[in-house]
Amino acid sequence: MTFQTVWFLLIAVLWVGYFILEGFDFGVGMLLRFVSRNEADRRAVLTTLGPVWDGNEVWLLVAGGATFAAFPEWYATLFSGFYLPLFLILVSLIVRGVAFEYRSKYGKAQWRQRWDIAILISSAIPALLWGVAFANIVKGVPIEKASNGSLEYVGGFFNLLNPYALLGGVVTLTVFLTHGAVFLSLKTTGGIRERSRSIAKITGLIAAVSCVGFLTWTNLLFAEINVRVLSLSVVIALLWVAGMAANLVGREGWAFIFSAGAIATFVSTLFYALYPRVMPSSLGAQFDLTITNASSTDYTLKVMTYVAVVLTPLVLIYQGWTYWVFRKRVSASQISNPDHGVLDVVSHTLHK
Amino acid sequence: MSYMNSLDLARWQFAITTVYHFLFVPITIGLSFLVAGLQTAWYRTGKLHYLRATKFFGRLFLINFAIGVVTGIVQEFQFGMNWSSYSRFVGDIFGAPLAMEGLLAFFLESTFLGLWIFGWDRLPKKLHLASIWIAATGTLLSAYFILAANAWMQHPVGYVYNAAKNRAELTDIIEVLTQKTALATFFHTIPSAAFTAGAFVAGISAYLMIKGKDLQMSRSTFKLGAITMLISFIIVGVTGDLTARVMTEQQPMKMAAAEALYTTQTGAPFSLLTIGTLDGSKSVFQIGLPSMLSFMSTGDFNGVVEGVNDLEAQYDKQYGAGNYTPNIPLAYWSFRLMIGFGIIGAFFALLALWQMRKGGSPKGKWFGPAMLSLPFLPLLANSFGWIFTETARQPWAVFGLIKTADGVSTVVSAGAVLFTMIAFTVLYGILAFIEVGLILRVIKMGPAEELDYADPQLGGSSDKPLVMSY
Repeated sequence: MTFQTVWFLLIAVLWVGYFILEGFDFGVGMLLRFVSRNEADRRAVLTTLGPVWDGNEVWLLVAGGATFAAFPEWYATLFSGFYLPLFLILVSLIVRGVAFEYRSKYGKAQWRQRWDIAILISSAIPALLWGVAFANIVKGVPIEKASNGSLEYVGGFFNLLNPYALLGGVVTLTVFLTHGAVFLSLKTTGGIRERSRSIAKITGLIAAVSCVGFLTWTNLLFAEINVRVLSLSVVIALLWVAGMAANLVGREGWAFIFSAGAIATFVSTLFYALYPRVMPSSLGAQFDLTITNASSTDYTLKVMTYVAVVLTPLVLIYQGWTYWVFRKRVSASQISNPDHGVLDVVSHTLHK
Repeated sequence: MSYMNSLDLARWQFAITTVYHFLFVPITIGLSFLVAGLQTAWYRTGKLHYLRATKFFGRLFLINFAIGVVTGIVQEFQFGMNWSSYSRFVGDIFGAPLAMEGLLAFFLESTFLGLWIFGWDRLPKKLHLASIWIAATGTLLSAYFILAANAWMQHPVGYVYNAAKNRAELTDIIEVLTQKTALATFFHTIPSAAFTAGAFVAGISAYLMIKGKDLQMSRSTFKLGAITMLISFIIVGVTGDLTARVMTEQQPMKMAAAEALYTTQTGAPFSLLTIGTLDGSKSVFQIGLPSMLSFMSTGDFNGVVEGVNDLEAQYDKQYGAGNYTPNIPLAYWSFRLMIGFGIIGAFFALLALWQMRKGGSPKGKWFGPAMLSLPFLPLLANSFGWIFTETARQPWAVFGLIKTADGVSTVVSAGAVLFTMIAFTVLYGILAFIEVGLILRVIKMGPAEELDYADPQLGGSSDKPLVMSY
């Protein structure tokens, strides 16, 4: 296996991690107002994300940094080409992070309402646009050799909003919505838990339908049947069905594992369909960005491989440990003075 | 200038997003250590005013940290968005420290800070204390990698140029990570961060002292902040001197621009201020220290400092005809403002500490306004320092290798850059407004009563009220 393949795999792993982890963050963000009946509920919902959302988002930053280091041509073509969608994602992530951190600091109802709307929108936009972006990458976009010799995206913004890509966006949106609902049902108690489960039943179905449509279309992109992509698609479907069944019978842990597994397989399928290309061109295979023509030197890849091999297991261990520390369900009754700002409440709760 | 092209706009966008991001970064780095120190003091002594200080400055720290984190996301992607030609050229080298920063530092910071914020009733005291120290270490590692990447732009090492691919390729990662430019910058930037956080703590503590709030805490945190400022000020000065010498050796044009020195000179003076133009004609009025520039640049009062005109002629030969002179007035003034704001801050800290010796209190009308300005002085110094070091490297993005003009994305229209620039600026402005509002709120309420507590059970119980919730 070449270092280029290793890094293609590692970047796939980073996106798998990102979509599983921030996927439920997006879902929870979108569901915030819909699974809650009062302030205590909303604060409990946000508290399930509090200790982990930032760490989840780092998967994206590392995916970005790793792409820069390992495949600079991919990094450069992708982010200059998909300029406006990426910009919208960045703005959303900025607003969302601040909203999580600031929303409950202050008690005024209007202040909180506005942040809640911000959380809803800024969770929905990236959930949709990541799907649009990845569907476009898999399908291929207009890439040409520019006068300076580099392979550049020449399609403009609206070219990215084609039906296949939009369907991809609907898939990630509904899948993350469901994944978030399943996460909430696993991490909360009482009414929030019940409502999340009910919502997951419905959104899970919508996600299933759009997913089947999208995967069928994806399989049709190949000139002849690609057995592996086809079988991976079947695995995704089975995992998703298993997750929905687990949710239906109230096995919340299993439901989460299956929906995470389905997401992991989904991302893997997209990367598998790409390999060894990283950004195929719709204008001819000679303009494809591949793991060969987009990559850094073997020396750089080797250095980065050592770094990744040492650090990735460590990251997994301590991030996993965080989830263990905060493994208990959060209930609305644990939120004292829910209508007051966190900053306004003098903490007297640290009793012996 | 009738209109701006996408290059100018991309430069403005980079300047706005980066200067803004770096308002928050030094506070985060420095304050994480000060808060960790305060919590350690509480852990060791059990004195409750240290716990109050930990929580009070911890709240301020987190409000600041949030904006630092979210504006950092843009930093990771804007090289690809607006500077894709640059990214293609340098990715083989420049990407590596960025990826390492993410993998090593960002994960540490975010995960352990999450544990610290929500872990008060979930982790044993010792482990909870360790988590803030680990998060603080993460901020240092992050700074190290990104400064090494920046140092490579100032002084590229450990690479070969591949003409066929028109890019720089890494040959020695150790050299990139340990070259003296990186080390000098790191040891100049980190004490600056401590200075910034010290001023933040001292300024806010002074306000509490003036209002007579929690004097036990505010007097001790004021001293902590002011002493941190003074110690770090000395280190900043020493490493600033080292940085200047490294810079003179590697980028003599930058030093020449910093003094607006047009002709090569031995025993060159350093001017404190100049009235008149800085275009090489005789100035109207100038106050200067004889031979000081030579000493700053070379360590010898009679050292030779090369002038702008001679360097320009030399670069024209070396790199082909062109304009290799940066914006001189900007370089001249930003260099002085960096030093000046730092000195004023350190002076205020020293004066207040002097008046507080033997249990006294700061006296005089100067104290209130001076303390109000205190947190802002290092922010200005930091910003001007970076504006100096980045603009005085121009026209180069990577010195001697690739010009900024050749690094911009060719497929992104000026309209798109203008749109995103306006949007980021407006968004950042709103966030600053909200952030300052929250910070003022916390300061006005002052430190809260805190009760001591025993080690919690790991995991906590489900029905107990949460100490921390969002």
